[in-house]
Amino acid sequence: MATKASRSAARIMMAPAVVLLLGWMLVPLILTLWFSFTKYLPMRGDSIERGLDWVGFDNYARFLSSSAFWPSVQTTLVMVGGVLIITLVFGILLAMLLDQPIWGQGIVRILVIAPFFVMPTVSALVWKNMMMDPVNGIFSHLWRFFGAEPIAWLQDASLTSIIMIASWQWLPFATLILLTAIQSLDSEQLEAAEIDGASPLSRFFYIVLPHLGRAITIVTLIQTIFLLSIFAEIFVTTGGAFGTRTLTFLIFQRVIDSQNIGLGSAGGVYAIILANIVAIFLMRIVGKNLD
Amino acid sequence: MARMTSTRRKIITTAVAWAIGLVIFFPIFWTILTSFKTEAQAINDPPLFFNFDWTLENYISVQERSDYLRFLWNSVAIAGGSTLLGTLIAIPAAWSMAFVPSVRTKDILLWMLSTKMLPAVGVLYPISLIFVQFNLLDTKLGLIVVLMLINLPIIVWMLYTYFREIPGEILEAARMDGAKLRQELFYVLTPMAIPGIASTLLLNFILAWNEAFWTLNLTAAKAAPLTAFIASYSSPEGLFFAKLSAASTMAIAPILILGWFSQKQLVRGLTFGAVK
Repeated sequence: MATKASRSAARIMMAPAVVLLLGWMLVPLILTLWFSFTKYLPMRGDSIERGLDWVGFDNYARFLSSSAFWPSVQTTLVMVGGVLIITLVFGILLAMLLDQPIWGQGIVRILVIAPFFVMPTVSALVWKNMMMDPVNGIFSHLWRFFGAEPIAWLQDASLTSIIMIASWQWLPFATLILLTAIQSLDSEQLEAAEIDGASPLSRFFYIVLPHLGRAITIVTLIQTIFLLSIFAEIFVTTGGAFGTRTLTFLIFQRVIDSQNIGLGSAGGVYAIILANIVAIFLMRIVGKNLD
Repeated sequence: MARMTSTRRKIITTAVAWAIGLVIFFPIFWTILTSFKTEAQAINDPPLFFNFDWTLENYISVQERSDYLRFLWNSVAIAGGSTLLGTLIAIPAAWSMAFVPSVRTKDILLWMLSTKMLPAVGVLYPISLIFVQFNLLDTKLGLIVVLMLINLPIIVWMLYTYFREIPGEILEAARMDGAKLRQELFYVLTPMAIPGIASTLLLNFILAWNEAFWTLNLTAAKAAPLTAFIASYSSPEGLFFAKLSAASTMAIAPILILGWFSQKQLVRGLTFGAVK
């Protein structure tokens, strides 16, 4: 049983981490909230020292009604949805494959997981140039080899390209987690189903998939949170052009390129709300696991 | 009969798994290979696989043209500094939550996690303002602090899950023998916790090394780490495939090697213990 002394010692030991994170969360959040209700254009002389004009919910309304807003929401949804579907489908298949007895399993695992450790700017630029360059990329060589016209990936299929790059980065994560989950599946249950004459397909849908349900949910939630704020991959490839401007990138442009801090902050508040909706579901699952 | 089919099945699954593994790994392999070609060979049609004259000239010219080693040092300092600092702050917090849990421990852990979910772009301008105010823009110190704060929730969580696996009876036994809190911490707990701490350091070093929002937005020339250095290749001048490959290879090689050791921790660290 913890003594009173150890309790107060525990509190002191927790303090630095709690105080730092509280500051890290509250200070920028309060500033963003404040800016979002003001007219704040530093290039036109607005500054905190001189006082910012309060404009109420103007920025929120203008952010929603700007012509760039709905396309960016659509781009975000397509990108996140596309990457989720690709990484989950291939992740499940790969995890089932890697769960089988194969020679050199350790090496294959390393090959599959490697992309996760490549920094975002490198993976984006390697894909943009070495793979997707319309003249010298590997894809264009492949396309020409089969007698097809090479594609200018990042211009004509820009969103698809970003989805491909992000899927390549996140497939290892999905695979690794699903593999961990599959390995905890009771193989006797599968064998019993096989002896009873269940087809591979029904074994998959009635035993494997339900077992993976939890892992799939967690992969979905964690990836959604990270994918919603994808940045470097767009920054170094298209710079937000050709229909790849996600919500995150739109806010970035409002703040940095057009230096409209009020408008960008209102967008930021929307992004924070959106991320929190996803986060609540994730927390529930993680929280349940703590008990 | 059964053994025959199972051997045959193993051959097929092995072949399929290797083929998929190689396809997934191909962009990395191709980058490493291209880094040893000349610029002309790098864009040769058809692509050259092993039949070219291997050269190290790209590595030399990347270093000469852009002082690669300075960016490398910045990456090491920022990733290493933020990880060490974060771990020093997280160890006492995780220790107390694991061994002296209170009714609020769970809420505090979840709240910490929730700070990790804040979209960075939402607070980009306030953070830049604060950086300007404290002269932290384009400094290693500024990035060390920011990356430490970003990864602190993950560090606390990972350490917490590791510490919880240490049996509490051992601590009680030490206490019975008259160990003080500090002795308990240093002589009993720390040795048992070292594997967990090492794994935590490893994964968070990787995460900090690869972080590419704050490192791109808060640095210019002086403190830019490798993520920002590589981003400078996004507007190419002339032939640059081989040099891009050399720079990329140098930026990812150390982490790929570290990453192979951290596979297991990856699942634990990034799912917050929800998948084991």
